[in-house]
Order: sequence, then C-alpha cells, then structure tokens
Amino acid sequence: MKILVAVKRVIDFNIRPRVKMDGSGVDLANVKMSMNPFDEIAVEEAIRLKEKGVATEIVAVSIGPAKAQETLRTALAMGADRAILVQTPDDVGSEVEPLAVAKILARIAGDEQPGIIILGKQAIDDDSNQTGQMLAALLGWPQGTFASKVEAGGEKLTVTREVDGGLETVELKLPAVVTTDLRLNEPRYASLPNIMKAKSKPLATKSPDEIGVDITRRLETLKVAEPPKRQAGIKVGSVDELVERLHGLGVAK
Amino acid sequence: MSVLVLVEHDGKSIKDSTLATVTAAAKLGEVHALIAGSNVGSIAEQAAKIAGVAKVHVADAPHLDHQLAEEVAPVAARLMEGYDAFVAPASTFGKNIAPRVAALLDVMQLSDILSVEGPDTFTRPIYAGNAIATVKSNDAKKVITVRTTVFDKAAADGGSASVEQVDAGQPAGLSRFVSLDASESERPELTSAKVVISGGRAFGSAEQFHGLLDPLADKLGAAVGASRAAVDAGYAPNDYQVGQTGKIVAPDVYIAIGISGAIQHLAGIKDAKTIVAINKDEDAPVFQVADIGLVGDLFKIVPELTQKL
Repeated sequence: MKILVAVKRVIDFNIRPRVKMDGSGVDLANVKMSMNPFDEIAVEEAIRLKEKGVATEIVAVSIGPAKAQETLRTALAMGADRAILVQTPDDVGSEVEPLAVAKILARIAGDEQPGIIILGKQAIDDDSNQTGQMLAALLGWPQGTFASKVEAGGEKLTVTREVDGGLETVELKLPAVVTTDLRLNEPRYASLPNIMKAKSKPLATKSPDEIGVDITRRLETLKVAEPPKRQAGIKVGSVDELVERLHGLGVAK
Repeated sequence: MSVLVLVEHDGKSIKDSTLATVTAAAKLGEVHALIAGSNVGSIAEQAAKIAGVAKVHVADAPHLDHQLAEEVAPVAARLMEGYDAFVAPASTFGKNIAPRVAALLDVMQLSDILSVEGPDTFTRPIYAGNAIATVKSNDAKKVITVRTTVFDKAAADGGSASVEQVDAGQPAGLSRFVSLDASESERPELTSAKVVISGGRAFGSAEQFHGLLDPLADKLGAAVGASRAAVDAGYAPNDYQVGQTGKIVAPDVYIAIGISGAIQHLAGIKDAKTIVAINKDEDAPVFQVADIGLVGDLFKIVPELTQKL
C-alpha cells in the first residue's frame, strides 16, 4: 500500500510572528521557515506504518513556492521515498487556500492511488484545520481527524481521535484520510547520511495548471492586525494578599 | 440571510457551544438549527426553546448516531440548498464536520471566527493568535466555525421554534464508531467554567499535579487545565490541555500555576477576564500578561492557598 503525506512550509514554530506595519500580513522576509509541526508528525506516522510493513511506499507532497522543495527534502530525509512539489508563483506562496490544496491533493490521489493519506490537522500559519476533512469529502473517503493513535489491520484503519470530551475511537474503511494531533508520535530527526541520501531521491515538480486546479482565492484578507495586548498587572507578596484579591474578584466567597 | 446552525449535542443535552454559535449566527440573519443523531426527540425539544432559533430541522436515523462526519456532512450539505450560511462551533465536533460540508458545497470555510463585521466579513485568529485577520468571503454561501468563548450564550429558554423532520439520507457506511473514552469529571467543563486553574511541568509528577490542584479546584468550584508540557509529561490527560492547539478558555478568573507561559499557552487564555500567575521564576513570560502575580514555590503556596480560601 502506498501512503501519501502532505507537508507545508511555514514559519518555524519557535519564531514569534510579526505583523507588517501596513497591516497586509505577517512579515515572512528573512524569517526561518520549517515544516509545519503537525506535518512532521504525519511524515513520522507514515514511516512507522512502512516500518510495520503496512505501507510499501511513501510519497510526500507539498503545495507552495519553489522553496517548499526544502520541506520535501526534509520529508525525504526522514524516510519518504519520493516527493511531488506543486509549485505556485512566489507571490501566492503559502497563500493557497485549504479548498484548493484539497482539490490538488485529490487529483494527485487519483494518479497515485494511495491507501492512506496523512496530513497535519492544521498549519500553524493560517490555523484553518480544514484540508484533511475537505480532501476526504472530495474523494468520498472516511476521515480520522485529530488522531492520537492509528492502527492498521486488513482493509481497515482504527483511529483514536482527540476530541473535547476525551478520546474517540473510530474504524475507517480504506482508503482513508488521517489528520494528526500532537500526541500521535514524536517525529525523528533526519540523520546526516539520510539527509545526504535524500538529495538523490526523486522530486517531481508540477504546476496547479498542469493538475487542472484553479487556485484563485475565495477569501480576501482585508487587514491583519496585532491582537489587543494584555498589560502586566501587579505582583502580590504573600498568599494572604492573593486570597484577599481572589475574594475581591468574587472567588471562593 | 438565512443561517443553518449545526447543533452540538451528546444525545442527552445540547452543549453550551451551540448557544454561543447561535448568538454569532444571529448576527447574519434568521437562525435555523440542524440536529443530527439517533433518537434525538428530546434534543429537538431543547433546541426549539433556544432564544433566537426560528426553526429546528431534525435528521433522526440510526446511522447518524455518534454524528460521524461522513454521515452528517451530506445531510447538512443537502439542507444547505435553502440557506446562505452554515455555522458550527469551532469545537472538535464542528471542526470535524464543517470543512467536509464546505467541500461538498465547493465553499472555502472561515475557521474560528472572533467577530462578525458584516454579511461576508469576519475576523479570525492566525499564527496561534499572534495576529488577527479581517477576512471577506467571496463565496455565495458561507461556511463558518465560531470561537464560542468570545460570543455570549443565547438563552436556553424563551424560544418556541417549529420542529421539522428532514431526510436523513442513506448510510455512507465508510466509518464506524467504536468507543468513546470520556474523561469523567465532577468538575465544570474547561471551556465554560467561571474559574479555571491550570498546572504546568513544575508539578513534577501526576501525583503532585492532582494531589495539589484537585483540592484547590474543589474549593473554588473550578475546572482543571494543564499546559502542553504537563500533558506531554503525562501529568494530565490530553483533554486538559489549554492553549492554541488545545482548548481555548475564557473564564472570569484563570489561575496558572507553575506555567512559564509559552506563546501557544497564552494564546489559549488571553480572553480570560483576570489572569493570576504563580511561578517561582519572577521573569517567567506569564507575568507579562498576568493581572495578579505571586512569585514563589508552588509546593508551599498551593496548599496554603487551598487552606486559606
């Protein structure tokens, strides 16, 4: 069985994003970019399924600017077998919306015929949390979103999901879409030999036009602003003072 | 504009998230509700009483039990022929289903909205809440999920909506519910509690986390949360996690104990009315946003606080 993994190049999660002065967006010039953390978990899960003998080949896909090649090379260094970059013009960059990404991935799934597609549950830039669900809908496949455990057996996939009230387990018919939550696994670091080896793994480049998907945005960003800032308040010197303050707020009265 | 709200329920009662979603939806137009489930007659009665809901659609069939996205989304998408907007709470329930509905309608979803600025314009957080985008949708129909903590809850009583059965369709049969491992708690829910106390990695073990925080929570009638670090260390279950990738909370009082204040944690608490921080490191970032801070050893402070309150 083949597994398709989708990865996105985003601002590194350790970097504090800064809003541009003109309110047009977040400043990404000269900012460290990395693979979306949830997507690293997706790549790791695919590799583990291959190590268990469930998967035979892992294809990593990214939709983004030319530099998203670096993100795909990271996936290859971790253990993906080959990669596909659907390259968008630089000015569109990471701005391709989840619906268009889902459509592109659906087309690629049509060509590649994977048994499982794994994606991060959301990207840490636009925080949409949509692509996996949309992709599953477009393909008419089941979805195991926010997965904290994935078990393959025969023609089925058992997925434990992190839901608000606890953990929900569902059984999905294959082929299926899985989106990863934080506790699914701990992604490995690529070793230096594997990073070197990844350079010679196949990486194909296509354009959205070749794939036949219109990436025109449906949502228009009118303005991006800093959130209202909270001010630091006071420090109290003792538990007694804190108790008094809490009583003042109507707590435990 | 006519708006369809997807009701979040557990088969017994309607979740508070639905009430806040109704408030947000009412800013767009007349609100109708959709309930999907199996044997949900009593849920429909409750929904009909929500102030501001004009009509309740009920899709009641065995295959809609457990409200699997594969089964619910086609029902909602069919019903959307008669509506301009689909609105769901941005809970794990709504996040699971809404994008599936959006794709079936060929609409780009607006996730986690914070405000309604106009019929097609909304604000929503991006970059873990480090920026707020004002976004205009050019789709004919809107599909929206709502950050429920920023909208007031609609009154659960006072409405008298008509109830109508709708076509529940055929089972998709793609997925099957196996089990729900629900975290049982006598305490209020994190997302609706008036007081929340959260612990971080500084507690050192699950025993100390619960041993110190549970008595304090009982005294305060508070919900208990945790930082991602504490959850990752295994001190608390995953559904305790407060933050951008966990639960977004907006209590009257939030008490962060032994939590340094990572960006992603602070993003989940910034709508709290008052933030109280207890930490031994006086330079911890949490103090930059806390209204009341106390520097000191939590192993001494927490028992003393529990005793004196």
